[in-house]
Amino acid sequence: MKNEMPTPAELMLGNAAIARGAYEAGLKVASAYPGTPSTEVSENLTRYRDELYCEWAPNEKVALEVAIGASISGVRAMSVMKHVGVNVAADPLFTIAYSGVGGGLVLIVADDPGIYSSQNEQDTRLVARAAMVPVIEPSDSEEARVFTKRAFELSEEYDTPVILRTTTRLSHSQSLVYPEERIEQEIKPYQRNIAKNVMIPINARGRHLAVEARMKRLADDAETVGLHQVTYSDRPMRVKSVDGSGHEELKVGVITSGIAYQYVREALPDASILKLGMVYPLPRRQIEAFATRVDRLYIFEELEPFIEEQVRSWGIPCIGKEIFSIQGEYSIQIIIREILGEQYEYDQPLSVPARPPILCPGCPHRSAFAVMKKLKLHAAGDIGCYTLGALSPLDVIDTCVCMGSSISTLHGMEKGRGRDYMKDWVAVIGDSTFLHTGVNSLMNMVYNQATGTVVILDNATTGMTGHQHHPGTGVNLMGEKAPITDIAALCRSLGVEHVHVIDAFDTDLLEKRLKEEVARQAVSVIIVTSPCVLLKDFVPKGKCAVIADKCRKCGLCIVTTCPAMRKYEDGLVEIDPLVCTGCGHCQKSCKFDAIRKDT
Amino acid sequence: MQTKNIIIAGVGGQGTLLTSRILGGIARRAGYDVKVSEVHGMAQRGGSVVTYVRYGDSVGEPLVEEGQADILIAFEQLEALRYIHFLKKDGVLVLNDQQIFPAAVITGVVSYPDDIVSELKKRRKVIAIDARSKAAELGNVRVFNSIIVGMAAKSMGFSKEEWLLVIRETVRADMVEINEKAFLLGYNS
Repeated sequence: MKNEMPTPAELMLGNAAIARGAYEAGLKVASAYPGTPSTEVSENLTRYRDELYCEWAPNEKVALEVAIGASISGVRAMSVMKHVGVNVAADPLFTIAYSGVGGGLVLIVADDPGIYSSQNEQDTRLVARAAMVPVIEPSDSEEARVFTKRAFELSEEYDTPVILRTTTRLSHSQSLVYPEERIEQEIKPYQRNIAKNVMIPINARGRHLAVEARMKRLADDAETVGLHQVTYSDRPMRVKSVDGSGHEELKVGVITSGIAYQYVREALPDASILKLGMVYPLPRRQIEAFATRVDRLYIFEELEPFIEEQVRSWGIPCIGKEIFSIQGEYSIQIIIREILGEQYEYDQPLSVPARPPILCPGCPHRSAFAVMKKLKLHAAGDIGCYTLGALSPLDVIDTCVCMGSSISTLHGMEKGRGRDYMKDWVAVIGDSTFLHTGVNSLMNMVYNQATGTVVILDNATTGMTGHQHHPGTGVNLMGEKAPITDIAALCRSLGVEHVHVIDAFDTDLLEKRLKEEVARQAVSVIIVTSPCVLLKDFVPKGKCAVIADKCRKCGLCIVTTCPAMRKYEDGLVEIDPLVCTGCGHCQKSCKFDAIRKDT
Repeated sequence: MQTKNIIIAGVGGQGTLLTSRILGGIARRAGYDVKVSEVHGMAQRGGSVVTYVRYGDSVGEPLVEEGQADILIAFEQLEALRYIHFLKKDGVLVLNDQQIFPAAVITGVVSYPDDIVSELKKRRKVIAIDARSKAAELGNVRVFNSIIVGMAAKSMGFSKEEWLLVIRETVRADMVEINEKAFLLGYNS
């Protein structure tokens, strides 16, 4: 359908389309903490700042509670987070499911099959089932827009928060979107209703039953919810036999949802397909009807066998995770191999050196880690670019669990093994992560008389997710000037007596302070400051260059693994002036004064 | 029309994202169904980055799988080698003839493969250019990817005017002129 005239369609990221849908639905308040792959939803909401309010919260629990408050006040509200963020927000989520909503309340959650930028691959559908919150799932950007709008309607019709689940591939793919006008919603009049909004035991018992009744009603209505799509085919297909010994001809049906649907529709044009737009609760009658029309039923869903287990529990035979992995993203070639039983042939990949992520040229973390490595320190690490400090040649970070965990795990280690055992340990955490959930852990260290040292790598931004502001940066999501949380003052107010603020490139002072504080029998905090080099207003300090006739070709500077440096076969080193920020880290590593810095 | 599959491979920070948006933009402008798959987050930090563009009458999957690409645009030699098997047998590689050493090569743990370009030429049709030097001559090395886009554009069948329009829509206002020059340099080469 190549048109003569340009179409009015816009090419939009899945996340941008979610923001568009929320805007069109009359969204009034959104609160979020950045997390790949969900971050761009909030960033795109700022396009509509004249008609709605959006913010970065310090963490996902706060974000969801802000959205809950806005919903109770009677307006449409939304919170946005990645899958592991839901763990942080689980407390309010599980209980707001009992209370229900005032204005429509939608939680956007982005899962990360394949673990492109996360610490695990958990499936939000399982969390949603535990919380008894319905889940809808779009399969492209246009559906992301439409389903987001529908999520607000369902939330109000069924008096429940609704989760819209996306995945990395959907959130970060662009496809065509057909925007519509925004429809302003009437504000629901506020009425005091403690039986619904105050979850004390006497009220919560009743609400638990109400939630169960609501989910049943939603399951019964699933056919009319209008999000599912079924296409029947009477053409038999040649597929792999169940025992794998050969092929057979039969009518094939596939139940799928989200991005996985896109692989099915391309790879199996002759199959019947039931694409589920709402994956919890499931439309049992529709699934039973679909199953009777096909000879063999496959369930094609990324991550856990969520749909499959329920379908099996109804006594419907199907094939799922016995042939499809619970790990990683799906593809067309998986269908070709596992359903069609055909070879998927291509040239074997060549053996090529890996190129994992690496700290940027001029990154202040490289300088700080070099000092910690020199002192042979181990670090309980945290979530951020600096988690790369676990890899060679930095080799400083020993542990990384979740946001904010560095400080508390360090504390637990000390309580487990004693002060002497921990004499060469520190905690390493970033500024945004510290404000996310590190603060409580530091409070705990002080309260329970730990003696550890916490190194806060303060690069004045939330770096890894693409430079979002936080309460310490002085700017909010809407781009307005905001009051600044002073991290040093905050630490002191928690009772930490020894708080130091040191420039990341003042390595002599950093080394001295680290030695002193790690030896000290008290909780101490060293805030290592220097802005992320990828910030828009970052000003390079100059350019470093190798003085060829002084270079002894020892390679010590190269070991810093600054991506600006390369070594030629004759051993001579060159520094790329295009990417060098003049941080001087290589200069310090050179024992022969063979690197100069031009400012 | 049969769906056209393009892969853009490079190193984080080289502008693969912007390039995929330009390619997606031109296909959208021509009225095709389009999918562009991007990479955000941790993988961008100097790591191997790959994005996909697919367009045609109706596009489902946002990815381009092994052996399916019509065009591979590679901004770096090693990344070309990493993704060459994604090209169809008659697919074309448009290569920025540059080397960026991964950390393990910098520290000498592994060595950077020798003579990658002839390895690539043994396998597929290769169009290689030192776009960085050409871009430097234009006054800004960073626009090297527009030169590469210009070279790839020749085998994509949209008009030069359409391309320039999309570039104007996509790049930063103060960079439009130099990007146009860079594109034309590649397109006319």
